[in-house]
Amino acid sequence: MTAKLGEEFNDRLSRVPLNLTSTGVDPFGLDPQWTKYALASVAFLHRHYFRSEVFGAENLPTGRVLVVANHSGQLPFDATLIGAALFMDVEPPRFMRAMVEKWTQTLPFVSLLFSRIGQVVGVPENARMLLENDEALLVFPEGARGISKTFDKRYQLVDFGLGFMRLALETNTPIVPVAVIGGEEQYVSVGNFEALAKFLRMPFLPILPQLALPFGALPLPTRYRIYFGEPMRFSGDPDDDDAIIEEKVFVVRAAIQAMVHRGLNARKSIFF
Amino acid sequence: MDRGEGTILVTGACGRLGKHLVRTLHRRRRVIAVDRRPFPDKPKDVVHECVDIRRKKLKDVFRAEPIEAVMHLGVMHDPRASQDEHHAWNVAGFQKLFDYVEQFRVPKLVVLSSANVYGPQPHNAQFLDESAPLLASARFSEIRDLIEVDMLTQGFFWKHPQTETVILRPVHILGTVHNAASNFLRLPTIPTLMGFDPMVQVVHESDVVRALEQTLTPGKRGIYNLAGPEPLPLSHIVKLLGRPNIAVPYMLSKAVLKRLWNLRLTTFPAPELDHIRFVCMVDDKRARDELGYMPAMSIEETVRSVDFGRW
Repeated sequence: MTAKLGEEFNDRLSRVPLNLTSTGVDPFGLDPQWTKYALASVAFLHRHYFRSEVFGAENLPTGRVLVVANHSGQLPFDATLIGAALFMDVEPPRFMRAMVEKWTQTLPFVSLLFSRIGQVVGVPENARMLLENDEALLVFPEGARGISKTFDKRYQLVDFGLGFMRLALETNTPIVPVAVIGGEEQYVSVGNFEALAKFLRMPFLPILPQLALPFGALPLPTRYRIYFGEPMRFSGDPDDDDAIIEEKVFVVRAAIQAMVHRGLNARKSIFF
Repeated sequence: MDRGEGTILVTGACGRLGKHLVRTLHRRRRVIAVDRRPFPDKPKDVVHECVDIRRKKLKDVFRAEPIEAVMHLGVMHDPRASQDEHHAWNVAGFQKLFDYVEQFRVPKLVVLSSANVYGPQPHNAQFLDESAPLLASARFSEIRDLIEVDMLTQGFFWKHPQTETVILRPVHILGTVHNAASNFLRLPTIPTLMGFDPMVQVVHESDVVRALEQTLTPGKRGIYNLAGPEPLPLSHIVKLLGRPNIAVPYMLSKAVLKRLWNLRLTTFPAPELDHIRFVCMVDDKRARDELGYMPAMSIEETVRSVDFGRW
């Protein structure tokens, strides 16, 4: 399975730092076997399905880092591709940790998969622990509102949560802003099926006309472009008023929005 | 007599963990074992007071000689016993014990609570520290008297600061003990929930006994979580035991377990399924730093210990 990804994949796999304990898994349940297959699948998506282009991979510092990105595309392929980029394109390779929605823990198989590939429940204590272990942590401050954007709102960032900034201040972690281009077109959402979503206890349920097509459940093979910005460092009191934290968050949000605009202008085609 | 050498009163001493503790302590200290159950193979120098902790007779035990420490292990958790019985024993009985500790100025009170008071929840942090809220009764109301015991003890901290009070919250204790976790792992075929494999922490009973002993050091007070060796997925524990395993979908197992429970064919109430579904793990940094606690048993020894019967 890993042959198609070349020698490079295995070489990188041997160099990626994992925090395993004596029981063969890390404290969050990451299992190296599962992780290998997960990385191989996302690397395949990254190289062959979405054929992502990565810019500014050299901007990623070693040591603890918060990767803050725009969120899009109904299903979190943006997260997997940022993870793939961190593993395949960043030197030295990093294993990305992301925070997942709490309700995913109630889903069979999904909760199991997330735990084994080191994706943790989105609570501040977990984030703090990961950063203290010098991991690379991915955050989507837009949350579910960002990923469930309808097509007419594409590439317009919604409001950012403030939690990531308090976390960065508290743990003295640099923030790397990331713009992901290409995710908004993979699933074209024309609305949100709120009543059914509520019934199924899901945060949202997009209405996707493409599901009517053959293989419509697959995301459209848009070409992803992932821009890593320069690390931003902030200082201040993590327990400051919302207004003061908001100013700092706004700086990050503006940086990402600017990178998104630049990326969209540079893009010639959605699919190539 | 100096602090650190006086008499220790252990409640619930005839449970398996209680016996283990008494056997460890009696070599160095005078031990009074309080339990209404018999203690047939007790060490000769241990005094067994066969009383119900709710009875007045317990007061005579305190009156007879100065007690240096009370170790309360006698928390009842029998899923078959009624709520009234639980409450009378765990809360009312415990309050009596409190009164005596206060009245006879016992310098130390150690209460064995459990990490289960935090409760397995989908939104739990991977490692809960001692300040995490005790939410177990949200999904499993029968456990609320155990939470009440923990809370009552917390109230004791500030009401009677002259008594050094310690609450110990160990994760699932494995060994010869008869608790839900050990009984579950003793099943000939271990059922798990399809698509769920939470990380779990287990601790060997001898490590708990060692930690209990460490809390007796004069000056130690506070709440301590207690975890054993490094955590691991439930499936790895099943693999270590080498027993067959059957994965059942959650909805089905919940329905079946409810039915079996009503027919009195199982000792596991359906809400306990959450323990093999969600994470409920603790951070025991405080116990390691302040008590000097360090689990001595490896994960293999800890897990396999459920197979050993009596001593």
